Amino acid sequence: MSTINPTTPTLEQTEPVPPTRAPSMVAGRWRLRRTTLSWIRRGGISRLLFLLPLLFVFGAFSWYPIVRLVLMSFQHTNLVQPATWVGFRNFSEVVHDPLFPIAVKNTAEFAGLALIFGYPIPLVAAVLISEVRRRRGLYSALAYLPVVIPPVVAVLLWKFFYDAGPNGVFNTALHWIGIGPQPWIESEHTAMPSLVLESTWANAGGTVIIYLAALVGVNSELYEAAATDGAGLLKKIWHVTLPQMRTILLVTMILQIIGTAQVFLEPYLFTSGGPDNATLTVLLLIYNYAFGNSLGGSYGEAAALSLMLVVFLAVFSLIYLRATRSWSSE
Amino acid sequence: MSALQFQRKRDKRSWENPQGLVSHTDWNRRSVKYGLGTAQAALLLLLVVGGLGPILWLAKGAITPTQDTLIQPMSVFPHGFAWSNVSDAWTQVDIGLYLWNTIVIALGSWACQIVVATTGAYALSVLRPKWGKLITGALLTTLFVPAVVLLVPLYIEIVHPPLIGGSYVNSYLAIWLPEAASAFNVVLTKRFFDNLPREMFEAARIDGCGPLRLFVSLVLPMSKPVLGVVSIFSVLASWKDFLWPLLVLTDASKQPLSVRLPTVQGQTELGVFLAAMLIACLVPIVGFLFLQRWFLRGTGLSGALKG
Repeated sequence: MSTINPTTPTLEQTEPVPPTRAPSMVAGRWRLRRTTLSWIRRGGISRLLFLLPLLFVFGAFSWYPIVRLVLMSFQHTNLVQPATWVGFRNFSEVVHDPLFPIAVKNTAEFAGLALIFGYPIPLVAAVLISEVRRRRGLYSALAYLPVVIPPVVAVLLWKFFYDAGPNGVFNTALHWIGIGPQPWIESEHTAMPSLVLESTWANAGGTVIIYLAALVGVNSELYEAAATDGAGLLKKIWHVTLPQMRTILLVTMILQIIGTAQVFLEPYLFTSGGPDNATLTVLLLIYNYAFGNSLGGSYGEAAALSLMLVVFLAVFSLIYLRATRSWSSE
Repeated sequence: MSALQFQRKRDKRSWENPQGLVSHTDWNRRSVKYGLGTAQAALLLLLVVGGLGPILWLAKGAITPTQDTLIQPMSVFPHGFAWSNVSDAWTQVDIGLYLWNTIVIALGSWACQIVVATTGAYALSVLRPKWGKLITGALLTTLFVPAVVLLVPLYIEIVHPPLIGGSYVNSYLAIWLPEAASAFNVVLTKRFFDNLPREMFEAARIDGCGPLRLFVSLVLPMSKPVLGVVSIFSVLASWKDFLWPLLVLTDASKQPLSVRLPTVQGQTELGVFLAAMLIACLVPIVGFLFLQRWFLRGTGLSGALKG
């Protein structure tokens, strides 16, 4: 066993590899052939074969489309004629589209409301669940249940719940506690909060489970130390639990912002962006540019807006990580 | 109390309460006992109403006559049953076909994702090719590009594939293969493979085990935990997917439930439609009930990965 060099765990390097890679003057073809041969003998082919599915799938459906997205945003494409370069015209058309600021504002509103509704709830729920003494599994299963329901079913079901008539499901429930019927998704003022409410219901369970996993990792000695110092329950949560979880809290926040910035299904199925464009989001606008009935086929604009979104999210994430770095690695 | 008894009691307590936020003495305090107890009971009520309520309502609506659901949507007991809703969903809405399509799409995506994730992770983690670092880096970059922003270039690629020509609209390959390009799966699997005992691979190699046999008879059997997580996520994600199948499957007879349901809503009686929706979420719900531990472990793991 002592012949095996522990620093080279690579499986295929059975035979000693020449220690130097200095280019030899007599290199030429012989050396090339020899390296190819030794590459094969060291298992190069099997390595390549194992990598092939990954390289093909990511090449074709991830790396290539990313490059294509950048190219398309500077092109005019209509799938029939060859694409023509148009410089920044797609971008300027998107920016000057009167719907653009509305979509940006609505998306920001959705993300903001989702943060207000959806961020604290899973944390409070997870802390409470982690202290449940019996049937903790029941709590987490119930919390997670909405996550497994197909979003289309959830939205169509909630659309029925949101029926604005006095016989609507939610309006009946509100009637019991003495509140009059609400217009829900039919008014431009309540439509967006209604979408956020459904989206929070559908997604909160996953975050609860992530927090529960993180809570188990909190060092219990810190709690004991805090208790010795006379800290009560709320003080322990504030001074031990939250600081210990700050990394995961920061990550779930940025992930939630990135996720809600791409909201599509809810506005598409609930309201199609209405009433009066009150729920038109950036992704819905992208969809309308490319595939919508009235606009449709404006692939260049759709690509330009997609690129703007992804660049914005990347820059935003970087700034966020910078700004919170000292806080999270403290 | 002997030391052993004390130890046992401590163990039991720490099992009940692994992170020890609320200590034993805290629990004995009145304010904590009642305050926390009330909060937990309220949470349970909220979870039952919020988590279970909509599904129970859907189940009730699926077997209630449409008029009853419309007039009294919140009555707990239906006035009369309409089991015909369920059979009508099979005959009128043809829900069986779309359920089958959904299953085929989910299984195909699962197979593709497992193949790509395991072979790719094996090559990057165990075989370690020269360009491995570069490929891993390129994979990690794609984590920062949300899948939906690639919608337009991917769609055009499916309609007009470069090099091979033709069109893959209405082909399930157009769904299976792009879904397999999940960097999350590969990274998760690679991390798992990284932690497998390397001495075992060395020993197998000395015994003359080639890379393929090492993969099939050593690495794969040891990776059940990560394969379970990737499988559950891939099937669930594919079951939930809506926008991409909507774009590339234009032929109604090939569409999955999620694409079909919004379309048939307009021409279907409410009771029948609710039955169809119930059928659409039955498989994930039953799967979750049976594989709960895997779902929850996987979600916790994904959080740890992102963190």
